Amino acid sequence: MIENEGKGFRILVTFCVMFLFWLLLSGIFDALHLTAGVICSLIVAVISYDLLVVGKRNKTLVRSFRLLLYIPWELWQIVLANIDVAYRVLHPKMPIDPRIIEFDTSLRSDFALVTLANSITLTPGTITIGVRDGRFWVHAVAKEPAEALTVDGTMQQKVADVYMEW
Amino acid sequence: MIEIEFFQTVLLVVGLLIAVTILLCIYRAVVGPGVFNVVAAVNVIGTKTIVLLVLIGYYFERPMFFDIALLYAMLNFIGTLVFAKYLERGDVCSR
Amino acid sequence: MLEVIVVVFLALGVFFLFVGAIGLLRFPDFYTRLHATGKCDTLGVALVILGLLVYHLFYYSDTPLVCVKLLFLILFIFISNPTATYALMKAAYRTGLKPWKLGDERR
Repeated sequence: MIENEGKGFRILVTFCVMFLFWLLLSGIFDALHLTAGVICSLIVAVISYDLLVVGKRNKTLVRSFRLLLYIPWELWQIVLANIDVAYRVLHPKMPIDPRIIEFDTSLRSDFALVTLANSITLTPGTITIGVRDGRFWVHAVAKEPAEALTVDGTMQQKVADVYMEW
Repeated sequence: MIEIEFFQTVLLVVGLLIAVTILLCIYRAVVGPGVFNVVAAVNVIGTKTIVLLVLIGYYFERPMFFDIALLYAMLNFIGTLVFAKYLERGDVCSR
Repeated sequence: MLEVIVVVFLALGVFFLFVGAIGLLRFPDFYTRLHATGKCDTLGVALVILGLLVYHLFYYSDTPLVCVKLLFLILFIFISNPTATYALMKAAYRTGLKPWKLGDERR
């Protein structure tokens, strides 16, 4: 069974994350609350161990580290996107020219696709409409952001670097 | 030490301004042509309500409101997802 | 100094929330409206909560765990808001809502 590979490890990781979450959210450290936390985290870990930890365990750490390096660039893009939208909203003539574009990527894994889709939604002038087998449908608010995505492809390159899928 | 009254006033003003933005969104939620505009406006109102809850928690100094804000964020997200799925397929349970 | 930082964060956040609301009213159709709300609301909410977090760090420094709670809130909004926008977009596109083109009537 492929699904049961490393089941104990996945239950353990889920349990630790859930218990840490419990401690941070409750903030009370007496015996009653700690016991309740252990029991609840254990139940959650046994039921839903296959949701949190997916994929091979040896690559997960490296990917998380690379994701941390990707986040500052993404935050800067979000600020740019907001200034762009604010300009388009507050300009008296509303310089918009919406269009729908399609393009292909080489990404395949779910996490990479989700990261790219959320990044496209948060960066200037574009929103993801649909994804199927690495093909993206994107709604762009004007001509320049659409071309930045289809011609340039900086973001696809960066996400591919993060998840090591070239 | 900065006096606490100053921040109380700032929190009150920010909360009132956010309430005004919610009022603007309510126009779209009531008028907005088509059901999708209504759902989008309701989602936006929910997002702004999260901030309003955190502000209320600081204004009245009740930390309980932060937990309510977290829960409200999750419920708002799930509600929007379920509504989008219902509008797309006509029922909620199918995969 | 502290009050300046907090007030700047709060003012920027409220400004972006206002831009999102005005975009929701002004833009001509559903898809472009989601452009305004999906981006501006995410950053606006995050900025207001960041300002309150700085306020908390200086004023109620005896309960640092609440800061973690607020950070979780920001992280959750950064993940969930684009996803909800995407779900609405996909549902509208699949049911055949036509996007607005330059020169069309407002909808």
